Amino acid sequence: MRVADFPPDQFDRKLADSGVPLRCGPFVVCISSRLPHIAAGLRFHYADFEVHADPEASDFDIRLEPPSVLRRLVRPQVNFTCDGRAPFRPLPIDQAFPMLEWGLNWVISSHAHDHLVVHGAVLERNGRALILAADPGSGKSTLCAGLVHAGWRLLSDELTLVNLDNGRLVPVARPISLKNESIDVVRALGPEAAVGAVCYGTGKGAVAHMRPPSESVARISEAAVPAWIIFPKFARTQTPPVVEEVGHAHAFMELTRHCFNYALLGGAAFGALAGLVDRCRVLRARYGHLDQILPVIEQLAAEETR
Amino acid sequence: MSLIASRLLADTLTDPKRSAEYSPARWSQLIKQARAADLLGQLRARLATANRLDAASPAARRHLDIAWELSLRHRAAVRWEAIHVRDALADLGVPVVLLKGSAYCIADSPAAIGRVFNDVDILVPRRALDAAEVRLIRAGWLPARVNDYDQRYYRNWMHELPPMEHKSRGTVLDVHHTIVPPTSGIVPDAASLIDHARPVADPELKGLSVLAPEDMVIHSACHLFLGEFHKGLRDLFDLHVLFEDFGPRSGFWERLVSRSIEAGLARPVLDAMQQARRLFNTRIDVNAQALLEVRAGHPALPGVREWLFDQVLRPDHPLCRSAATGTARWLAYARSHWLRMPLPLLVYHLGYKATKGGAH
Repeated sequence: MRVADFPPDQFDRKLADSGVPLRCGPFVVCISSRLPHIAAGLRFHYADFEVHADPEASDFDIRLEPPSVLRRLVRPQVNFTCDGRAPFRPLPIDQAFPMLEWGLNWVISSHAHDHLVVHGAVLERNGRALILAADPGSGKSTLCAGLVHAGWRLLSDELTLVNLDNGRLVPVARPISLKNESIDVVRALGPEAAVGAVCYGTGKGAVAHMRPPSESVARISEAAVPAWIIFPKFARTQTPPVVEEVGHAHAFMELTRHCFNYALLGGAAFGALAGLVDRCRVLRARYGHLDQILPVIEQLAAEETR
Repeated sequence: MSLIASRLLADTLTDPKRSAEYSPARWSQLIKQARAADLLGQLRARLATANRLDAASPAARRHLDIAWELSLRHRAAVRWEAIHVRDALADLGVPVVLLKGSAYCIADSPAAIGRVFNDVDILVPRRALDAAEVRLIRAGWLPARVNDYDQRYYRNWMHELPPMEHKSRGTVLDVHHTIVPPTSGIVPDAASLIDHARPVADPELKGLSVLAPEDMVIHSACHLFLGEFHKGLRDLFDLHVLFEDFGPRSGFWERLVSRSIEAGLARPVLDAMQQARRLFNTRIDVNAQALLEVRAGHPALPGVREWLFDQVLRPDHPLCRSAATGTARWLAYARSHWLRMPLPLLVYHLGYKATKGGAH
């Protein structure tokens, strides 16, 4: 049964009582919370996700609760815990859903060490995957949302998971995280871009999420073969766009910076990253508007898939 | 078979064969508890030795294998750091003794198997402390940025310098000059600990040493039973493995008793024996325990102590918590401070922490 198949009140009760087990990348997390922010956020953003039958066999127990009785009443806060550990400081309660998303990213990046975990978005078309790797603020998520809107399958907005055994990219298909101006840019793409409630005043400014398309969620078990890596850089003044090839050695070095567990995995990470770069054509793209860069990527995909 | 949730991890570590009957849900609980207690890798090692790995659910097996790979990487990293520390201090010509987890790793102790390490701890002679600090800074370990109060807290009252972090590798180094805070009123002879330290056999690690077996146990026991019980079950499991490893060696128990008494640390060593036996069925020498019982005397409120140890030596996981666990953890925190400093200093310290906040 999918999240959307539950009557809302029944879903909210389940969330508060036994918890809701959902796929989170390579793991199953059992999420529980009494907070309406979390219930509403999950019903909107995770509508197409399968609710696993057995809440007891999850990999992690996630809770979002006020840190204390006092904090339920005075300047209410929310605390994210994973199996009883709280990796972050509590946040104001209206940031509960973004906190869940950041927390789930943390769950994957600090435990999925049977994968090389890279900070980057992954999209797929015709069986070939594109990785967007960039520092925060480069416009990676906006470009990711634009490509999803253009029909690319979403594997992940935030975390590229490279299977250490076969080099394939493992889908996460969780919501796309949008910040500040990018929220309106993505909304303007059209009504199909399902952007949820905006949360103002977080550590990253205004934050909203875009719901992953049903088809991407339905194909969550299908890994993809990497074909392209793009280092995107949005800069308002950059017209016309500049797209240039990047040498493999340079790409390798740049990607080590974006890895979460490169040092931890040692030789295995080196092998996986070298294998990844070897399979890909690598480009750097500087652009001032989504409309400039989307056709370039579409053309790239079309040419090489022929 | 007992199915007390809070004992699931300890019971499985003690007797891995019982896992044959676990359902996937129980495996999931076990993994979550082991992760919370930082004992996943050790659990993997125990199950492997008992030939029980194949009985694990696929999800559990995956987490166990990840933890195992991680522990191997940690081991290599600790060796690497230890070599750099040694080289940085080489020209001082003083002994460099590794402590706790890093010592288990460097000495190839069974306590290092599957374990992960959060930092490297070393002991140097007090007289060489300042010179050692300067050389370590030069080699890239920068003192953690702490405020003036914390600087004073460490330098005047504690048994170690503020933690140092390597500027490029991010590894954390704790430099000790003795094994318990001098303010506790217990003053073990640090020079004697260093004199009795054993050079590491591995030729690549020449120049480093670890405490003698009995001193290693005493230090581990002090760290746990005079401390705050953060990662309490992991530390007790370390002690269990050390007891099992050193126990059969000739003269170990006699030396452990005499060294504990000499250092004024009979009580924490006795606590370690009793609690390891309670949770891991550790083989403890009966005479040694009896001798320490006589010397340690009767503790105040024995019932409360037992209750406190039972609470704080559980994995820090919701499945293991009772309504009283929060209170117990707070009491353990208060107790560790009570044991560490005289009352006027304690009032001053906790007063400062209550008004200004801080990490200790």
